[in-house]
Amino acid sequence: MAAIYSLYIINKSGGLIFYKDYGSKGRMDTNDSLRVASLWHSMHAISQQLSPTTGCSGIELLEADTFDLHCFQSLTGTKFFVVCEPGTQHMEALLKVIYELYTDYVLKNPFYEMEMPIRCELFDVNLTQAIQKDRVVLLGR
Amino acid sequence: MAPAAPRSGDAIFASVERVNAELFTLTYGAIVRQLLTDLEEVEEVNKQLDQMGYNIGIRLIDEFLAKSNVSRCVDFKETAEVIAKVGFKMFLGVTASVTNWDADGTCCSIVLEDNPLVDFVELPDTCQGLYYCNILSGVIRGALEMVSMKTEVTWIRDVLRGDDAYELQVKLLKQVPEEYPYKDDE
Repeated sequence: MAAIYSLYIINKSGGLIFYKDYGSKGRMDTNDSLRVASLWHSMHAISQQLSPTTGCSGIELLEADTFDLHCFQSLTGTKFFVVCEPGTQHMEALLKVIYELYTDYVLKNPFYEMEMPIRCELFDVNLTQAIQKDRVVLLGR
Repeated sequence: MAPAAPRSGDAIFASVERVNAELFTLTYGAIVRQLLTDLEEVEEVNKQLDQMGYNIGIRLIDEFLAKSNVSRCVDFKETAEVIAKVGFKMFLGVTASVTNWDADGTCCSIVLEDNPLVDFVELPDTCQGLYYCNILSGVIRGALEMVSMKTEVTWIRDVLRGDDAYELQVKLLKQVPEEYPYKDDE
């Protein structure tokens, strides 16, 4: 079964505002997750600079032996990325769904402060559903 | 996977949850009325409405981008068209038109024929300086600021003040480049 290991959301200045892990693999403590987030933020920025083509919007997919990392950056600069089993499909679509959930349940929450860590229960609930639904779809194939 | 095609304002408007128009109009009316009571000065109310709109705009832009699948606009002209045709339709259910471009393409007018905020409103003599819909200009300013465009949005025509349409002037002040400050040693 294709599995999602973890999900990160980083704000436009590179701060980790949301982290959640979903499996036994790749579980990290708070310090490590912060490290991964800021590393990714910097690498993403550097990749834009190094790219031979103009108008490059940064790394979208990093493939390693033991995991894939899919990244989506919104036009406002917030980055969403999932770490998953190698070869997991439909991650771009999942990231889009997560972006929509973020706009609905985080940004519309009047008590959420912009750029701050996300602590919204409704977001958690809907996110879990979206990720499970995605697993079900993948299982059904 | 190819990026999803941009959706039309109509399609998004049909798919999002909506509230009763009257509830919306009356709620906005109640807010403006309360602000007038609290702040007393019409000028202060204009400022407060603009600030409230700005706070909405900086959050609303992400929903707009997420649901419309609009990608980066080539120039400010495209941006204005997208606001008028997709943005207004998606959030207010009305379409606007873009006119009065200046020569260098940094200033234009968005004209609204229909405005759901003002359905039952008549401005009394005591509130003549009030820009009743000033929240809208704030929303546009806030939303564009989040996609690195500093703008100035002002009302040119307002039916409540005796004009024949609602006209918002959007002026692009500067485009803030998205690059990171690489020269840390300076």
